[in-house]
Amino acid sequence: MIESRGLTKVFRDRKRGEIRAVDGLSLCVQPGCIYGLLGANGAGKTTALRLLATLLRPTSGSATVGGCDVVAEPGRVRARVGFLAASTALYGRLTARETIEYFGRLHGLDEPLLAQRVARLADELGLHEFLDRRCDKLSTGMKQRTSIARTLVHDPEVMIFDEPTLGLDVMAARAIVRFVRGCRERGKTVIYSTHVMSEAEKLCDTIGIIHNGRLLAEGTLAELRASYCEEDLENIFVSAVGGEAELGAA
Amino acid sequence: MFWANVWTVYAKEVRDALRDRRAVISMFVVPTLVMPLLLLTAGAIMAKVVKKAQDEVSLIAIVGGADSPGVVAALRTDDRIRVVDVAGDFRQAIAEKQVRAAVELSAGFEAALEAGAPASATLHFNEGDMKSGFGVAELERFFRELRDRTVKRRLQERGLPPGLVQPFVLERRNAAPPEQVGGNLFGGIVPYVIVLLCFTGAMYPAIDLTAGEKERGTIETLLCSPVDRTALVIGKFLTVLTASLATMACTLGTMLVCLLLVVPMLPAGPGAGVPALRLDPLGMAGVFVMVLPVAVLFSAVLLAVALFAKTTKEAQTYVSPMAILIVLPAMVGMLPGVELNAKLALIPILNLTLACKEMLSGEWHWPYLALIFASTAAYAGVALAAAVALFKRESVLFRS
Repeated sequence: MIESRGLTKVFRDRKRGEIRAVDGLSLCVQPGCIYGLLGANGAGKTTALRLLATLLRPTSGSATVGGCDVVAEPGRVRARVGFLAASTALYGRLTARETIEYFGRLHGLDEPLLAQRVARLADELGLHEFLDRRCDKLSTGMKQRTSIARTLVHDPEVMIFDEPTLGLDVMAARAIVRFVRGCRERGKTVIYSTHVMSEAEKLCDTIGIIHNGRLLAEGTLAELRASYCEEDLENIFVSAVGGEAELGAA
Repeated sequence: MFWANVWTVYAKEVRDALRDRRAVISMFVVPTLVMPLLLLTAGAIMAKVVKKAQDEVSLIAIVGGADSPGVVAALRTDDRIRVVDVAGDFRQAIAEKQVRAAVELSAGFEAALEAGAPASATLHFNEGDMKSGFGVAELERFFRELRDRTVKRRLQERGLPPGLVQPFVLERRNAAPPEQVGGNLFGGIVPYVIVLLCFTGAMYPAIDLTAGEKERGTIETLLCSPVDRTALVIGKFLTVLTASLATMACTLGTMLVCLLLVVPMLPAGPGAGVPALRLDPLGMAGVFVMVLPVAVLFSAVLLAVALFAKTTKEAQTYVSPMAILIVLPAMVGMLPGVELNAKLALIPILNLTLACKEMLSGEWHWPYLALIFASTAAYAGVALAAAVALFKRESVLFRS
C-alpha cells in the first residue's frame, strides 16, 4: 500500500527562487489497484514518484510505502519497490542476464534464489533469445523487457511507473501496459504516471490529476466523468487544471 | 552486508570498465604497448643518430693560422678531423652547419709555441647543436694533445722531469653508493611520473562512473536499489583506485623495462652522458607504499569533483585543470635545495616527492614518513567523506 499525507517538495533555484514541485500531495493506493497520476509535463509527477521511491527527500509531509516510512526507512522502502521510468536506463556494457543479476544481488538475493528468479523472469518476459547479449546491442523493446525484469527481480510489493511508455513504439508500449495490468492481477500496489489520456483510461482504477505540484482531482474514471459532467478524459483534465490558458501558462 | 554490497558494486564496475574500449586503451594498451613502443623506437633512433654523428669525421674551419703551417698541417692530417676552407664568415658557416666548429689561432701561434711565449686558440661552436659539440670535443682533444706534447718537449729541453708540472695526482671518486646516485638522479623524476600516472589513471573511470552514469541515465536505476549510498560510493571509489594503481603499475613496469633496454643502446662519450640506471629496490618499495594514500586521495577527489558534473564534458572541464595543480608541487619537489621538513611534510604531493627522493637515495626519516603517510591518509579520508556526502545530496545527483 502507498499512503502519502501532505507530501511537499520545494526546490530552491538561484534564478527562479523557490519552486514547489509537489505541494501537499495526499493519496492512497491499495494493493491490487492501479493509481494513475495524470499531469502535463512539469506538473510534478516525476518528483512525486521520486519522493515515494525515496530518491528524493520530502521537504514536508509524510508517506509510507509498503508500510515503511520514506524518510525514516528509505532502504526498506526501496527494498519493497520496483521503480521503472523512462529515465532509468540500463548499463550498456552488461548483458541482460548480468543486469538482472546485479540488481538482484543489490537487493540481497542469494545465488540459488537469484538463478531461480532470472530463469522465471526470462520465461515470463521472453528474454531467452537475448539474455546473454549486451544491453547496448538490444532493440528498444528488448531493453524495455530487460528493464522490467530488473524491476521485478526482487519481487516487490509496490510498483512505481514514471511514464514508462515514453518514446516507445506501439508494440513496446502495449507490452508495458500488459505488464502493468499483470502487476495488478498479482495483487501489487501500482502507481503509474502518464500524460497520455488513453493509457490512464485503459489502465487506472483511480486517476489523480496533478498540476503545479497539487492534486486537483481524484477518483475513478466514472467519478471524474460524473463530477465534471464530461465523457472525454482530456476535457476533464483541461477543466480540472483550470482551462487551456492555465495549462499553457504552466 | 555492507561489504558484500561494496563488493557487488566493485565487481560490476570493474567488469563494466574492462568492457569499455576507451578505459582499456587508457589503462592497459597505452601504457603496455604504445608507451614502450614509442620509447623503444625513440631510443633506437636516438642511439643510431648519436652514434652516426659520433662516427662521422668532424668538419672544421680554421680561422687565421697562415703563420702556423705546422699546426694547420697537423689538423689536416688528424683522422677525426677534416679541415674545410670557408670563404665567408665562419660563424655563419657554423650556424648553417657547413662546419661543426672552428678554431681561431692567434697571430704567430706556432712561433709563440716555439719561443715559449703565450699563445691562444679560440674554439667556436654552436652550443645548441649536438654535432657541433662533437666537433668542438675533437678540437679540444687535438689541442690538449698538442699542449701535452709542447710541455713534454719544453721539459726535455731543460732536462727537467715530467713530474715537475704534475706534483701530485688529483683524483675524483664517488663516495656515494650507486643507489644513492640513482636516487638523486631519478628521485625527483620517479615520484613526479608516479603522481601524474596515478592522476591520469583515475581520471577517466572517475568521470565515467559518476557524470557518465548521470548522462546515460543509469544513476537513477542504481539509486533505486536498497543499498546504502555509502556502499555505492565505496564500490565506485575502489574501482577508480584500482584503475589508478593499475595504470601506474603497468606504465612504470613497462617504462622500467624499456629504460633498461634503451640505456645500454645509447653510446657513451662526448655529448652522451647517460648515467647508469640503478635504483634501490627497497626505496622503490617505499615509494609504492607512500604512493598509496596519494592514489586514494586522487581517486576520492576526482570522484567527488566528477560527481558534481552533469555530463562527462562538464566533468572534463573541472578535472583537466587539476592535472596542472598536482604537477606544480611535484615539480617544486624536484628543485635542488628543497629538503623535507615537518612543515613540508604536511603539503600533499610535495611531501611525497621529497620523501621519494630521500627513500630512493637510501635515507629513511621515519618520523617524517609517518607524518606524510598519516597526513595524506587523513586528506584522502576527508576527500572520500566529501564524495560520500555529495552522493547523498539530491541537488548533486539530480542536477538539471
